[in-house]
Amino acid sequence: MRHIISVLMENESGALSRVAGLFSARGYNIESLTVAPTNDETLSRMTIVTRGDDQIIEQIVKQLNKLIDVVKVQDIQETPHIERELMLIKLQATGEQRDEVFRLTEIFRGQILDVTDSSYVVQMTGPGHRLDAFIEAVGSIPVIEMARTGALGLSRGARGMHV
Amino acid sequence: MRGVCPRRPWESFVELLSGAEILVRCLQEEGVDVVFGYPGGAVLHIYDALFQQDKVKHVLVRHEQGATHMADGYARATGRTGVVLVTSGPGATNAVTGIATAYMDSIPMVVFTGQVPLQLIGNDAFQEVDNIGITRPCVKHNFLVKDVRDIADTVKKAFYLASTGRPGPVVVDIPKNITDPKVKVPFEYPKEIALRSYNPTVKGHTGQIKKAVDLILSAKRPMIYTGGGVVLGRASEQLTQFTRKLNYPITQTLMGLGAYPASDRQFVGMLGMHGTYEANMGMHHCDVLIAIGARFDDRVTGNLEKFCPTARIVHVDVDPASISKNVKVDVPIVGQVGEVLTEMMRIMEHEGRAPDAESIAAWWSQIEEWRGLDCMKYQWSDEVIKPQYVVQKLWEVTGGDAYVTSDVGQHQMWAAQYYPFDKPNRWINSGGLGTMGFGLPAALGVKMAFPEAEVACVTGEGSIQMNIQELSTALQYHLPVKVVSLNNRYLGMVRQWQEFFYSGRYAMSYMEALPDFVKLAESYGHVGMLIDKPADVEGALREAFKLRDRLVFMDFRTDPTENVYPMVPAGAGLNEMILV
Repeated sequence: MRHIISVLMENESGALSRVAGLFSARGYNIESLTVAPTNDETLSRMTIVTRGDDQIIEQIVKQLNKLIDVVKVQDIQETPHIERELMLIKLQATGEQRDEVFRLTEIFRGQILDVTDSSYVVQMTGPGHRLDAFIEAVGSIPVIEMARTGALGLSRGARGMHV
Repeated sequence: MRGVCPRRPWESFVELLSGAEILVRCLQEEGVDVVFGYPGGAVLHIYDALFQQDKVKHVLVRHEQGATHMADGYARATGRTGVVLVTSGPGATNAVTGIATAYMDSIPMVVFTGQVPLQLIGNDAFQEVDNIGITRPCVKHNFLVKDVRDIADTVKKAFYLASTGRPGPVVVDIPKNITDPKVKVPFEYPKEIALRSYNPTVKGHTGQIKKAVDLILSAKRPMIYTGGGVVLGRASEQLTQFTRKLNYPITQTLMGLGAYPASDRQFVGMLGMHGTYEANMGMHHCDVLIAIGARFDDRVTGNLEKFCPTARIVHVDVDPASISKNVKVDVPIVGQVGEVLTEMMRIMEHEGRAPDAESIAAWWSQIEEWRGLDCMKYQWSDEVIKPQYVVQKLWEVTGGDAYVTSDVGQHQMWAAQYYPFDKPNRWINSGGLGTMGFGLPAALGVKMAFPEAEVACVTGEGSIQMNIQELSTALQYHLPVKVVSLNNRYLGMVRQWQEFFYSGRYAMSYMEALPDFVKLAESYGHVGMLIDKPADVEGALREAFKLRDRLVFMDFRTDPTENVYPMVPAGAGLNEMILV
């Protein structure tokens, strides 16, 4: 099963490689991993999307907690939560394709950020599956390049993860 | 590089020291009495500061791997943190095997590695290697010190992390410019340290402990299974009281030996791949398994699908990640084993509860029946020395009271099987990583800590050659340990597996071109003995141990075809043992 794991860790060089190293050393799967500093400048927050059965997820959470740089770990899959991802996608757009891309971007509530006579760059945010759906909808229109951030997640409600 | 920092008014009350001096002062503050190391360019400032004091001794090894194993042996025997100092680049990479060895067995160790000056890091400088990156997967934690003012705090953290919770090695990487004698800063050693992300659990959860007591007392066929955690947690006394109080059978892992007296009736021997018949059968048929400070390693469990099929399991461990990692348990308790055992006994006493004596008596008669098989018997020979016999005689000659280190292979198993340990911290071997070359330097580390104690290294002609250069260190620091080499002219454990599982194709397990170990020992300034007749074994051992102030290398020519029994083949259940 897919899990989104949030990790608060010391904002120090090397902390990221400890987490990445743990996943590769123990053979855990990483679907996406994203990290940036938080409002508390001593902490950064990492969001990891992984897959595994309950026993593996339990081990992942325990092993993350064991890392000295890791301050807090939460499997937000266990609580109601919001998930968002950002995608920038550059599509070939000539002739009829220009209208088609424009229309699809409207439907998916994306934005066109860059236009040339043969391409569009579209920005799209939403849960991962919605970004996947957009790519599918684009269908035969050639994708020149794309970049995705990987998922971010927060639990719903007034309570949050802090030190 | 910075010059001498300007003195501020408040600094007149504190000392101004260089980074190198601060590091040495930190070691003194931590009560470190000996550092095992090897100098080199990046640590010369530190060596200069070490040279100018006499509180912290330094042992010059012959290879950095030796330094880590010595510190490791010292730590295992004393329970204190072992300390290593090596230079950058090859000094640090040579230490990695020893760091990984300590990591796998959770041994408290602090390893200081030199590093090229900060401004050169990343430039592929001479003797530069990414120590932090290389050691990351085999340390509890590691630090790169980037400011001389951070040394004291970092050292304090390193010792705290290494020795608390589930212990382990910590690496502190120190760039050369940080120890510059010309840069002096105020020194004050922190009294306490707090890490917001590290709070090891001490006391177990009361509700869980109560549940565990209920389950333990409901047992009709109980087994107590303990590991290295009891030795590391200094909980041998509590374990002994607990086990005697319950009158339950107890088995121990390779790492746990000595935590409960092996000569006691309730001890049914080691379990696992080369465990006793009674221990493994007891595990297989028990209805309640009480696992304490053990981690359900694959050499212990055999095939997980066949492991303890009828048991409900209580597991006490200080490391939550060890619980339900390999085997799902019914009552997990995170806490220090000593604290948890004491609390369990308090509850039993307070509530006046005891086990079901009738069922336990019936269980014991079953266990005695298994024990009656005498699975450890071996065939005697008048012609060729049986390795088991050497270990038995070693036990007799040392009164069962020696510190015994071992290398890795058949001799390690025979030492574990035929030298019953009645005290903890006496049996010192690389269980997790299985590092050949561990035994001799580890023995020297033990002898450093306990100069008056008898220290024997049980080894083989394969393993001993992996760190034999430390015979030179032994002479320099007068460390008269006894080397008991079971020389069967084979990489014995490899040969045994090839005999069993590769139809006797002995690929590269035959040791051709062996040196003359007697002459080798003599050339290092020690005493060498060659023993090739069973009748001479005891006499040689007695003579060797009489030479109290000499290192004696005993080259026992043992039966080349002897195998370690019993054996649970890989993939089998604990009840599917190969007996002699």
